[in-house]
Amino acid sequence: MDVLVCVKRVPMVGGRIALQPDQRHIDTTLLGFTVSPHEECAVEEAVQVTEAHGGEVTVLTLGPPEAAEQLRAAVSVGAASAVLLPTEEEGLGPIATARAITSAVTRLERERSRVFDLVMFGNEAADTGDYQVGIRVAHALGRAVATGVKQLEVTAGEAVARREYRGAEELFRLPLPAVVTVKEGINLPRYPSLPGRMRAKKATIVTFVPETPDEAVEMRTLRVPTSERRSAEVLGHGKEAVPALVSLLEKMGVVS
Amino acid sequence: MTDRTQVSAVVIGAGIVGNSLVYHLARLGWKDLVLLDKGPMPNPGGSTGHASNFIYPIDYSKMMTELTADSTAQYEELGVFTRSGGLEVARTSEREEELRRRASQARAWHIDCELITPGDVHKLVPYLDPKVITMAAWFPSVGVVDSLRAGTIMRERAQGEGALTVRANTEVLGIDVDPATRRVTGVRTSTGDYETDTVAICCGVWSPRIARMAGASIPLTPIVHQMISVGPIPLFADTVGEIAYPIVRDVDTNMYERQHGGDMEVGSYAHRAIIVRPDTIPSNEEAALSPTELPFTEEDFDPQLEQALELMPELLGDENVGIRYAINGLISMTPDGHPLLGETPEVKGLWSVAASWIKEGPGIGRAVAEWMTSGEPEIEIAEADISRFYDFQRTVRHVEARASEGFNRMYGIVHPAEQWSDERDIRLAPMFEAEKKLGARFFQTAGWERPHWYESNAPLLERYGDAVMPRSAEWESRWWSPIVNAEHLAMRDGCGLVDLSAFVELDVTGPAALEAMQRIAVAQMDVPVGRVVYTSFLDARGGFRADLTIMRLGPDHFRVVTGGAHGMADKKWISDHLPADGSAQIADLTSAWTTIGLWGPNARKTLAEVTADDVTHEGFAFGTCRPIEVNGICVLASRISYVGELGWEIYAPFEQGARLWETLYEAGQGHGLVPAGIGVYGTTGRLEKGYRAYGNELTADYDLVEAGMTRPSVKKQDFIGKDAYMARRESEPAATLCTLTLEDPTASDGRKRYPLGGEPILTKDGRGMKDGRGRPSYVTSAGSGPSLGKHLMLAYLPTELAEEGAELLVEYMAERFPVRVAVAGSTPLFDPANERVKA
Amino acid sequence: MTKVVCYVELDADGVVDASARALTFARGITTRPTTLAALLPSPPTAEALGQLQSFGVSDVAVLEHDGISGYSPTALSRCLDAMSGEEDTLAVVAAATDHGNEVLAHLAATTGRDFVAVCTAAREEDGGGFSLTRHRWGGSLLEDSVLRAPRAIFSVSTDAVPPVPAPAATAPTTRTIRPELSAQELALQAAESRPESSGVALASAKVVVSGGRGVGGPEGFAVIEELAALLGGAVGVSRVVTSLGWRPHREQVGQTGTKVTPDLYLACGISGAIQHLAGCQSAKQMVAINTDPDAPIMARADYAVIGDVSEVLPALVAALGERRSRGRGE
Repeated sequence: MDVLVCVKRVPMVGGRIALQPDQRHIDTTLLGFTVSPHEECAVEEAVQVTEAHGGEVTVLTLGPPEAAEQLRAAVSVGAASAVLLPTEEEGLGPIATARAITSAVTRLERERSRVFDLVMFGNEAADTGDYQVGIRVAHALGRAVATGVKQLEVTAGEAVARREYRGAEELFRLPLPAVVTVKEGINLPRYPSLPGRMRAKKATIVTFVPETPDEAVEMRTLRVPTSERRSAEVLGHGKEAVPALVSLLEKMGVVS
Repeated sequence: MTDRTQVSAVVIGAGIVGNSLVYHLARLGWKDLVLLDKGPMPNPGGSTGHASNFIYPIDYSKMMTELTADSTAQYEELGVFTRSGGLEVARTSEREEELRRRASQARAWHIDCELITPGDVHKLVPYLDPKVITMAAWFPSVGVVDSLRAGTIMRERAQGEGALTVRANTEVLGIDVDPATRRVTGVRTSTGDYETDTVAICCGVWSPRIARMAGASIPLTPIVHQMISVGPIPLFADTVGEIAYPIVRDVDTNMYERQHGGDMEVGSYAHRAIIVRPDTIPSNEEAALSPTELPFTEEDFDPQLEQALELMPELLGDENVGIRYAINGLISMTPDGHPLLGETPEVKGLWSVAASWIKEGPGIGRAVAEWMTSGEPEIEIAEADISRFYDFQRTVRHVEARASEGFNRMYGIVHPAEQWSDERDIRLAPMFEAEKKLGARFFQTAGWERPHWYESNAPLLERYGDAVMPRSAEWESRWWSPIVNAEHLAMRDGCGLVDLSAFVELDVTGPAALEAMQRIAVAQMDVPVGRVVYTSFLDARGGFRADLTIMRLGPDHFRVVTGGAHGMADKKWISDHLPADGSAQIADLTSAWTTIGLWGPNARKTLAEVTADDVTHEGFAFGTCRPIEVNGICVLASRISYVGELGWEIYAPFEQGARLWETLYEAGQGHGLVPAGIGVYGTTGRLEKGYRAYGNELTADYDLVEAGMTRPSVKKQDFIGKDAYMARRESEPAATLCTLTLEDPTASDGRKRYPLGGEPILTKDGRGMKDGRGRPSYVTSAGSGPSLGKHLMLAYLPTELAEEGAELLVEYMAERFPVRVAVAGSTPLFDPANERVKA
Repeated sequence: MTKVVCYVELDADGVVDASARALTFARGITTRPTTLAALLPSPPTAEALGQLQSFGVSDVAVLEHDGISGYSPTALSRCLDAMSGEEDTLAVVAAATDHGNEVLAHLAATTGRDFVAVCTAAREEDGGGFSLTRHRWGGSLLEDSVLRAPRAIFSVSTDAVPPVPAPAATAPTTRTIRPELSAQELALQAAESRPESSGVALASAKVVVSGGRGVGGPEGFAVIEELAALLGGAVGVSRVVTSLGWRPHREQVGQTGTKVTPDLYLACGISGAIQHLAGCQSAKQMVAINTDPDAPIMARADYAVIGDVSEVLPALVAALGERRSRGRGE
């Protein structure tokens, strides 16, 4: 069972995001970097699949050279090999990203003479949130795809993907090889062990230079949405506030 | 928002320090206090929030040790202290010797410490691989605290008394200062303005920014300290509470490991110094975790991962144990490693309470609260007085350079005379070039390069042979040379020439100058013009505040001369006690004058060669000063001596210092003159004479009676500390300062060992000593007495045991050596009748 | 005349709120006269039809295929493709729900067109192309961009665009649409099952009672569940509650959890980290129960009770229960 999981390097932001003066970039001077929570879970799911079924996890990223840090983080929790598609271009959109990943997958499969039973993604990247790269890659590879997966079972030849939607559980059966995008909550990602971290330090990262076509979407500016600073009306303290709270609920029509 | 609320004090910063300060202020009766923080409660996001929270009882400094002990007691009272015990383990033989030294030092302060074998370590901490270590020091009283909880309880107690209002999520926008009086008048914040004459900055890493709003400086720099948390550790799953296993300080690798619930926390001081400018610290909203928990830089910690694995292989090498938390934590570092406490010299009413660790926090809160209330903290914290700094020490460049060099010394083996490598040659005396040519070995004090001894005096070693008391053991030979003792002997035979440029000269002038000096000094100041007064300054409780000389240069003109190390603090003390109407003024003339000392039996002969003025004993009495002309230079000569010889301190205009040095040097060549360094001036000379030093023997913890420095009568004029002093004179002192001689320096391995200071004095049967006021006996100063052929030590002994001839012990490097009480009191061992001085 | 096609989702009450917002957005993309067409996954009720009318839909197409019995993103995408094949289709739109994003992404992959997700505004520019605004970082940042393409695919933020009926109701024609599907496309459909104790779905709940670290532990959530049931609402949690293992992840409200748009959001023992607020900021009214009057949530909440959750909630539940029994007794 060979699994490829794709991650994206994003800054670890706090509550308020500080922008650079050009209003086009986040000020990352004092920020660390990570991958989005969905992708962390994708890496963990990939490792769990190979732990159950044998095989190896390859982690891949399209990003700046510093994204090697995120690849090593994945190696430290169990990925066996790492691939970097280096690019200095900013604002690579989902079409270009999907194309670069597709050609890397094709190349890796050709070089290894085997396909990846699963190509895995996070449901969306924490920053750009485009919700489409996994599906585009699946179409390009001609493989079935399920998104937002919260539970995955893999058997010989088939992946059963479940998720919840509006109170109902949806189940998809995907013939392998398939593409899956997962959501945080599918598992609880493990932390790297000290030996894992040290292995990651020594891991080799394979590099292919991607081709990146032009995008039709051009980002102009980023801005922080305004929010008025108001203060809550205090109904009371402790139990004494309950009568006022009940009146409020009545007024809102929440209790009849 | 335009109305200002009137409050008694605004305390900024709700970390362990701010919370402790408001608690103690409230306890001391302050009302209408306000505590501000720009972050939320209970964890506003400062260093307290991610601290490793463990307390080792011993520090290199007595002040820090006392503050730690007081803090521990407070944490225990708050119910947040858990005893775990702690180890310091040695991987090298150099470290073993250091642990022996530390164990003996612990005994000086009556702290439990035992030296144990790797096998013993393994019983205490079974997951520590004993093969990696050679020895350990075991401190049973080590523990951990919940500092956030402690701060919360203290803050809530103050609120409970109705003394305190807390405003969280409130940013300070400005601090107002009255330009005429240079006093704080108010604080402006994002949730309202306050009118107050007292502001305390307890802002940790943000302190310099806040101080700058008022036009003051707090010289610290934020610096990174990495830590990770690893778990879940299977072994810890069954333990109850936060910690069940002792803490390990793996000092040779600059790391520590402590259990924290189910995890192992591993911290490092081994990485490169990572300085962060205060203005770049993220806000609470921008930070992913908190402003002082910055993103972890893996590469800096990698070597430590390996070392931690080496020490605890099974525990940390478990594949199922993950690194759950990793940060570059921010802490504060100062140029000399001590906290920054007290009223800032630039702005009155603005108090700095910064650069404290968890282990001193509550103690510092209490001490500063006492200082703010009565002027006198119970624990002596003069070493941490923020007014101690010179301007050059407050610069960002200097602070960062010292923090960078000092960072890796956190667990380092630091010699008491250790010298910095960076930031040297900052202040140079006019005779610096001449001294270099004489092979001066420079040590730095207050930024000055001062010769500690001169290599050109090496031939003296042959002349004096064994009388130079050579040392063979490495530790006490470090930052030392037998040439120091040779210079001492040569000075006592002929004369010595000493560079004293580091002196601080403060001129107090004006119609009220006499009255002001009378009020501040113990000694009678209304002396004839031309008289030199040697005096102490006391605090209101009669403890020592300063020890220096004052020359009366005119009816309304006094020149205070004090040592470089304490000069700036002394300047603030005097300034603070001058009348507010400007009828007495103080001027810092340190850079206007240079001082050269000339002492020895042939000093007069030497000086007479180059001056036509009368320098005979009858013509120039001891304890007087006057202008004379030396080779065309108009100097002020002052006939006093800190080395117990005939001679003068000679003050020349700075720009003529080189010429004066050359003049005296040449003149002395026919009279056995040698250049002599601070090794002689600061140690050997004065120890033989029993001359006390402020900061060593003379501290706020002791009084004039105990120090043996009383005069037959006390002046009738009132002075600070007079009442307390008079009361002390009426009763028997609890302690007596004695001079002790090392009777036999031979250690068990046959080498001769010489204590350097801080060691415990024990009774003949090996018990530690405490006087009636609970103060332990330890060596306050130590050094060679070459003219006496003995190694000398000063120590306060309980008065009942302070008998001349008494046989006691000193513990050094975990061994005990016999000492004898040579003098109980202040009689000099060398030339007791002071004939040389009065020649 | 230009055309905009919108994928509309239905539930028991008719058109789901998020799709109503998408329809509103669809109407506003261009000032040129527009036909608004809607694709439905199943036949509409009369109520749904009425809603579609009031939102300006003039062409209602309903997916019908023998082989499709459940939700199939590929089938729906093929329908949209068929409906938007002509040159005059300016845009295809859907709510930025899991289904909406998924269906549109399939359409984008099949047609090669650009798909811009989670938009809050889009305007056709003179000379072609679109200026648009969309969410980044779950809404903590807004991105203003320009799309240089004649036709596009947009998913619409489920909370930022208010649902506004059309100025004049339309009289839509309804038809079925049967897409041509490959075997692989046909195979991609969901088998649905409803768990027994479904309760109120978080995403569509009108009332959410949400608990954070201040609840204290898993046992503390019993009273939260009780209150939610009393108010006919759903239980929500903050992220720390799920990472501590106290409650399941599907209850998480926040940037990486569910975004809720209730009439009332009761934040119990929640400090108000911005990643959480990203999930509940669109609540009409928010009441915060917290011991800390300076907690960040207080800046967003409309009302606050300063107190411990473990004390206030049981008292509230008791008061509501008493009120109910009094009411019955009258």
